[in-house]
Amino acid sequence: MAEITPRELLEQEEDTQKDRFLTFLIGNEFYGIEIRFVTEIIGIQAVTEVPDLPEYIRGIINLRGKIIPVMDVRLRFKKPFREYNDRTCIIVVDIKEVSIGLIVDSVSEVLTIPEQDIVEPPQMNKGFNNRYIKRIGKVGNDVKLILDCEKLLTDSEIDSVSNAI
Amino acid sequence: MSSQYINEPLLDMFIFESSQLIQQLEQDIIISERESYLSELAIDEIFRIMHTIKGSAAMMCFNNISTLTHSIEDLFYFLREENPQDIDYSTLCDLVLEVVDFIKVEIEKIKNGDDADGDASTLINANKDFLSRLKQFSPPSDTTETKSHISPDTQQIYISQNNGFAPHSANLFKTVIRFDEGCEMENVRAFNIIHNLKNITNEIRHIPENIVDSDAARTIQNDGFIIYLKTDCSYEEIHQHITRTAFIKDLELDQLSNNEQFGQFEGGVKIQESKGQGYKEQSNKGQTEKELQFTSAGQSIISVSVAKLDKLMDLTGEMVIAEAMVSQNSDLKGLELDNFHKAARQLHKITSEMQDVVMSIRMVSLSATFQKMHRIVRDMSKKLEKEVELKIIGEETEVDKNIIEHISDPLMHLVRNSIDHGLESLEDRRATGKMLAGTVTLEAKNAGSDVLIIVRDDGKGLNKEKILARARDNGILHKDESDMTDREVYNILFLPGFSTKESITEFSGRGVGMDVVTKNIEAVGGSVSVDSLERVGTTVIMKIPITLAIIDGMNISVGNSRYTIPTTSIRESFRPQEADIIRDPDNNEMIMVRGQCYPLLRLHEIYDVKTDITKFSDGILVMVEQDDKIVCIFADELLGQQQVVVKSLPSYIRNERKIGGLSGCTLLGDGSISLILDISGLADFTGKDIKN
Repeated sequence: MAEITPRELLEQEEDTQKDRFLTFLIGNEFYGIEIRFVTEIIGIQAVTEVPDLPEYIRGIINLRGKIIPVMDVRLRFKKPFREYNDRTCIIVVDIKEVSIGLIVDSVSEVLTIPEQDIVEPPQMNKGFNNRYIKRIGKVGNDVKLILDCEKLLTDSEIDSVSNAI
Repeated sequence: MSSQYINEPLLDMFIFESSQLIQQLEQDIIISERESYLSELAIDEIFRIMHTIKGSAAMMCFNNISTLTHSIEDLFYFLREENPQDIDYSTLCDLVLEVVDFIKVEIEKIKNGDDADGDASTLINANKDFLSRLKQFSPPSDTTETKSHISPDTQQIYISQNNGFAPHSANLFKTVIRFDEGCEMENVRAFNIIHNLKNITNEIRHIPENIVDSDAARTIQNDGFIIYLKTDCSYEEIHQHITRTAFIKDLELDQLSNNEQFGQFEGGVKIQESKGQGYKEQSNKGQTEKELQFTSAGQSIISVSVAKLDKLMDLTGEMVIAEAMVSQNSDLKGLELDNFHKAARQLHKITSEMQDVVMSIRMVSLSATFQKMHRIVRDMSKKLEKEVELKIIGEETEVDKNIIEHISDPLMHLVRNSIDHGLESLEDRRATGKMLAGTVTLEAKNAGSDVLIIVRDDGKGLNKEKILARARDNGILHKDESDMTDREVYNILFLPGFSTKESITEFSGRGVGMDVVTKNIEAVGGSVSVDSLERVGTTVIMKIPITLAIIDGMNISVGNSRYTIPTTSIRESFRPQEADIIRDPDNNEMIMVRGQCYPLLRLHEIYDVKTDITKFSDGILVMVEQDDKIVCIFADELLGQQQVVVKSLPSYIRNERKIGGLSGCTLLGDGSISLILDISGLADFTGKDIKN
């Protein structure tokens, strides 16, 4: 059979997405996020506040009829809040079938970072940021911090537990 | 045909079909039991159901189910053929129901992705015992044995194809096999035959060629199953071999004189097939009558996955919003557009009609849910030795599919409670001069945008004193006893913490997990109330909305945020005088309206919204009522009334934390999001400092 099975298709798709990262800026740092998680990038829009949520979840937005929560990555990293401007973007990511928008200072570009240029982050005992950084990519002289998306979404429980201790 | 073919859709189909059949079987049995007579029709029906399940279970390799159903099938085969007299119906029904339960459990396991590993041997033995006892009373004839050995044949599927026959085969045969009508899964049976024949033949060809395909079943049904085979065996041997298979209606076995026809077939499978199709058309004509009967028997119904309906529902909701966005677009303000408005009105008409239709698709009648209760009534009355009659009224009432799922458990609970605690024992009933058989009535009816589901029994009713005593003991009385109306006393039953395990026996009234009932019903936006008269009976009324998906809502604004209040819970809205506001020492605010005092809720405080309007005289108060709890909500202004499509909050937020007082969100005409207030949740805020 000459048909392409869904598995092969998936593999092909994964192949084109392999090693590709969407990079964005928060403050002065470049962060990277695996392209397979990204659904789309939209400009900042009116966010409806939802009460009683952690500060870094700004609320919900209407994405063509689909209601998704938005998280301010700045606040998630415990950096000071910065007013949104026309450079501010929402990166809509789809992680484990949960859609969420990530508010970032600005989106930079899509980069290919080959496997050999990605290294494990240095072991540091201090610094809470480290938790969300999966690995570090080297591009020329620059360094891109590659985010662990799953942790970004699910870490709040661990957060609260460690705070309690 | 090995396990690699057993894929998800097939499994889904198996689960769906089997559970439907099982439900049907359960009903049949219960009806038969009530009449303590098994009609021929019922026996046939049960036999057929068991047979179908057996077949499909064997196909899916769930051996325990197939062997179990096989034993029941044997039993009913005997009943059908021998028609023995004086059967012990209640034992028989017990047996079948046990089998039903077993299969249900297994199907549940399969559904959850576990192995169907239940051990059916005790049940099978019980069935066999029963059968042999029956046989003792009426000696069996030979016919019982011949046909009922199907599963041994099915087990032979995995026999190696290689055999030691010489290549020069003497005999060529053409066979046309027709199966009994309604024996189901012709293709699997055909496969079986081919497999069995492979051991004794050298070459074998068949039409239709691909019998794994599900279409093949229909082709075989219509055209018969045609096999060409080359073998060393004699005519008799082949004939015997094929007739061993079950459910063969007739068999044409011709010996072909030479290789010609066989060769022709080899060369021209395609031609033969097209011929076969012509034949099919012919036979179709002959069968039109039968098929007509089929269609009239309700084949115009298709089953659609709920996910697709949900999607359709979502899209329709989008369309309603999009329509509002277009027709109320702010760009149109102040323009004279007669033709546009005409067109917009037409669009509005169509969208609202479409919305109605989509809603109606999701409506399911309550009858399946109600019918399930027969089984519970039967089991309970046997166990408790009470005579109970179940009356069902208005089972054709329709509610949204999502809601049905939520009321099935509470209903079961209420019926159980009615029988267990409501109805008196036989002696008591005799003593009070009531009919010996107690009655439990299930009633459903429409009331506006709600459906009332009523569970009524003619038992001893609730005992107020005992309820109060119990409530006192548990420390859940918040009011002075003398102040409480009967209704309030009865509603104590639904408070969490009222029911304890001990109360089942020592307590005359109810209260076993009634708070669970309330919780379930409240989850779908309904309410439960109870009324009772001592010695006459108890009535529990569940009030549930017909649908959850679209509600009438009043939009209000607080600062930049929008909120939607379900219109049904709004009593009135008004602008208060500062003088009517009362503050207690804890700084709780209240308002006096027509001599009644109501708590006040400042939305901007609860939800921490920035707004300029904090003085009551600048904003507006909306008085809302839910489950006899009344609060006044303070908002900046009313924005207007609108039908809104309810959407749940994103799962990420729901997982993060449960937000009090919000039941979901919706999109407004301008595309902005409004949060839907949950009134009963909001009412819980009153009197509490929510910051803690």
